[in-house]
Amino acid sequence: MDLRYSETEESFRLELRKWLVEVVPTLGPKASSLDWPARRVYDTTWQRMLFDAGYAGIDWPVEGGGRAASPVEQLIYLEELERAHAPYVGVNFVGLLHAGPTIVVEGTPEQRARFLPPILRGDEVWCQGFSEPGAGSDLASLRTKAVRDGDEYVVTGQKIWTSHAEVADYCELLVRTGDEGSRHRGITWLAMPMDQPGIDFRPLKTIAGSTEFGELFLDGVRVPVANRMGEENDGWRVTMVTLSFERGTAFVSEVLQSMEFLRDLRTTAERTGAWADGDVRRRLGHLAAELDALWALARRNVSQAARTGVPGVGGSVYKLGLSEIRQRIGEFGMDLIGGAGLSWDDLQGGDGRGSIGNTELVNTWVHGFSRTIAAGTSQIQRNIIAERILGLPKG
Amino acid sequence: MDFELSDDEAALADGIRSLCAGRFPLDRLRAAEGGDGLVDLEGWSELAEAGVFSLQLPEASGGIGLGMAASAVVFEELGRALIPGPLLASHLAAYLLAGPTDGPTDGPTDGRVEGVPDGLVDGVAEGKVVVGAVRRPPTSGTGAFVPALVESWSSLGVLVVVDDEGMAVVDPAELDAVRIARPLDPLTALWRVDRLPEGRRIAGAAAAHRWRRDQAVLGGALLVGLAAGTLEMAVAYAKQREQFGKPIGSFQSVKHMCADMLVAAETARAAVHAAAVTIDQPGVGDADRAAAGAGLLASEAAIKNGRTCIQVHGGMGFTWDVPAHLYLMRARVLSEAIGPVAGLAELVAELF
Repeated sequence: MDLRYSETEESFRLELRKWLVEVVPTLGPKASSLDWPARRVYDTTWQRMLFDAGYAGIDWPVEGGGRAASPVEQLIYLEELERAHAPYVGVNFVGLLHAGPTIVVEGTPEQRARFLPPILRGDEVWCQGFSEPGAGSDLASLRTKAVRDGDEYVVTGQKIWTSHAEVADYCELLVRTGDEGSRHRGITWLAMPMDQPGIDFRPLKTIAGSTEFGELFLDGVRVPVANRMGEENDGWRVTMVTLSFERGTAFVSEVLQSMEFLRDLRTTAERTGAWADGDVRRRLGHLAAELDALWALARRNVSQAARTGVPGVGGSVYKLGLSEIRQRIGEFGMDLIGGAGLSWDDLQGGDGRGSIGNTELVNTWVHGFSRTIAAGTSQIQRNIIAERILGLPKG
Repeated sequence: MDFELSDDEAALADGIRSLCAGRFPLDRLRAAEGGDGLVDLEGWSELAEAGVFSLQLPEASGGIGLGMAASAVVFEELGRALIPGPLLASHLAAYLLAGPTDGPTDGPTDGRVEGVPDGLVDGVAEGKVVVGAVRRPPTSGTGAFVPALVESWSSLGVLVVVDDEGMAVVDPAELDAVRIARPLDPLTALWRVDRLPEGRRIAGAAAAHRWRRDQAVLGGALLVGLAAGTLEMAVAYAKQREQFGKPIGSFQSVKHMCADMLVAAETARAAVHAAAVTIDQPGVGDADRAAAGAGLLASEAAIKNGRTCIQVHGGMGFTWDVPAHLYLMRARVLSEAIGPVAGLAELVAELF
């Protein structure tokens, strides 16, 4: 076991760090979370800067326009971006981490040339149309139907949990092309242009009062057959290919963010006097130990991916642990500020010097509830661990 | 950066695992219940021959000269096999009492180890001398008086007493030790010592600090072994035990308990390994914080998994015959040795 970085890895880190120090301060203020068009401008501007500096899609293979960075370099990349407080991938998430990698592997040369460069440059934004009201954890039961009509598919149905659809150019869409009971065997992957008639997007209001995702209603939307990735009815396999890109680096930024947040909570506790309470100190110490352990686990997952080319089963262990600790950190923050936690309005408690105001604490607590649901619920993660790692029989 | 076990580390783990399975199967350990709490001196020498006590002693001093990472890998296997006796203290004594500067990492500046009895280090490394350790109970304060509980007293050649100021050695023969008739862990024999003499001071606060730090990591490794052992037991039972016409492991309520056991064990293992490597490779992180956090999580994982293992076994788990309780009780013994757990959490908070 070795936790030291090689000279090549260190020089990659230093080169990246040097660039980040120069460019991050030149970025304007972050867009309001409610203003999607402004968020698109902010996120895609940053993506263009990454592209110009040669850091766009570093994890993508060379034939897709990437740098084929090693898993360890990907880890360093995420670590340095976090350290520099660089913008999050934002509206480019689906393009860079989902649709793009799928097209790299499954696309024809024409499809790659058409779709990949705009993703890397930040010119085109993608959203995701996978889940449906009746197909959540059981994705293979999806019912949105696509019927072939000459050179086009005609798509009708409903998707849900689609993020930034109002500013997206394309949607990676899973549709039913097989019989009703065909499940995994009757699904097709389409790149749906978002400017087509028949698309209606209705945002959903979250328990945080924000609009982060919504419902996509599709009524006779026409999608060219040329936009199909892979064969008809082979979309399930096409989708799973994306997962083969995962190198144990998913959610790595979150553990580093949480460490910084917990340090700020410590400062907050010191300022308010709560730090004198041994229970508060021990509770924070416990959370800190867990985050340190998750960071160790992240490095283990990445090391495994570097050796075998595939991420280990540790991904589910890490995701489960991280989701739950984020909730508990949120809970700890709320407990620290007492009555101030009853207000979303900023009570001017934070002082901008490492201590956190009530708005951010409330926000973190409330958003924590989505962590154990999004990207595979904790219950699904436990099933995966029990069945795929421990070999327990399917129910 | 490669945080997977190296081939050598994996081979070391395999070697210790087969030694334990071949020479110290659970029925042999259980047959010795109520004894002196060692695998017996012959078995102790076999562990010594396998390098269990000399792993970190420098080659120049007759040891193997490896670091904490290798020891962590070995101790996880010893924990999983429920090997009893003062393994931790004997292992730590072999390299920490050998001298201040010839260990794998630089010794603490005031950690000069003087007055160590002649031949102690060699004796420990060879398995001829068994070293025990005990934390000095507080002498003042408002708490009720607590006697020191000394493990395997009748087999000890030397007892190391650790406190905040440093370490002292005590001749076990000088102690007025009374055997505990029913120790919590049937395989860990305990003696109560009401009056612990000062003993001969051998090292200062920094050496004691290093002792406690390394003990948290290797005690953590033993605890990870327990957490993994109970996970394996629970999963094997869940696959085989049938109710309502199917294995109970096909029910999600049981599956999720097992999944949580795996998460606890793997997270603690990563923490223990990271702490060990951080000690071996100064500069990659804060070794004190990593060690305290590793001990804390390993202790919780072992206790939680021990408890869950009993639950998965249902009524059988509450019987003496099923060994689930042995893992849980051992977890308590080790948790106390590296603890108190609240102090570890406090230390992480202070260093975070």
